[in-house]
Amino acid sequence: MATEANGAETGGLVFHPMDQFIVKPLFGDGPIGMFTLTNATLWLALTVLAVVALMVLGTSRRAIVPTRSQSVGELAYGFVYKMVEDVTGKDGVKYFPYIMSLFMFVVMANFLGLLPMSFATTSHFAVTVVLALAVFLTVTVLGFIKNGVGFLGLFWVSSAPLALRPVLAIIELISYFVRPVSHSIRLAGNVMAGHAVIKVFAGFAALAVISPLSIVAITAMYGLEILVAFIQAYVFTILTCVYLKDALHPGH
Amino acid sequence: MEGELAHIGAGLAAIGSGAAAIGVGNVAGNFLAGALRNPSAAAGQTATLFIGIAFAEALGIFSFLVALLLMFAV
Repeated sequence: MATEANGAETGGLVFHPMDQFIVKPLFGDGPIGMFTLTNATLWLALTVLAVVALMVLGTSRRAIVPTRSQSVGELAYGFVYKMVEDVTGKDGVKYFPYIMSLFMFVVMANFLGLLPMSFATTSHFAVTVVLALAVFLTVTVLGFIKNGVGFLGLFWVSSAPLALRPVLAIIELISYFVRPVSHSIRLAGNVMAGHAVIKVFAGFAALAVISPLSIVAITAMYGLEILVAFIQAYVFTILTCVYLKDALHPGH
Repeated sequence: MEGELAHIGAGLAAIGSGAAAIGVGNVAGNFLAGALRNPSAAAGQTATLFIGIAFAEALGIFSFLVALLLMFAV
């Protein structure tokens, strides 16, 4: 690939922009089995620990004048609570704990993935597909429990002309089953693309002529990626809320 | 030869990213146009804005995915 720095001649690093996503075992380099500790497991565990540190330890003292971590925790709580209430309505608030943990996990994984030398867990489809499938299954089962067969009214557009409804039903059915695909690929694709772009610019930095330019570009991209990391977590969460609203109130 | 064709295909798939850029720009631009006419209603619509952007962007990400598959999987 053209983006690889020419290490032998310029003395820079030789790397491929996608090398950063390789899952490696932490100890030794044996084959990766079901229970092998890898860099992915390490950073997933660190993500959970970071969320616990922020939300449980940070808010445990419940001071009137909040500390820094407490105010960040309260800010996040209020932010997600308002989002759930606005999008799903009053009866969606029951499912707030799930959506809150989903948001905190995704946003923390995105931010930790941006640390230098870290591993971006949300750039892997394996991680985001599990999150999106969990949302998809939850929402589908919940829709059937709450509405019974009436949940199928989601696919039967009653405001359309009768002749058009079967066609629309097929389209709605397809778009319903594409949801987990787009839901997961959006997150992983954005994170992966951002990290790959940073690495491509990092590859250019090995050439002395353009290295100042590429370092400026890396800095700018890094700023953009911090924004994207938050926005994608927000989008992931708000789409979960939208799907939840569809399950609670099917029909158009 | 087949590998080279896959590279060409990956480049063609990158056109989709540009198309998604047009779509996202359309959403954001129209939101801004509406928001400047009625700023008091704008704050309540930011969630809709982000959902619209996410849907427009998803298709661009799909083309990025196709490019990735052509580069590394085919």
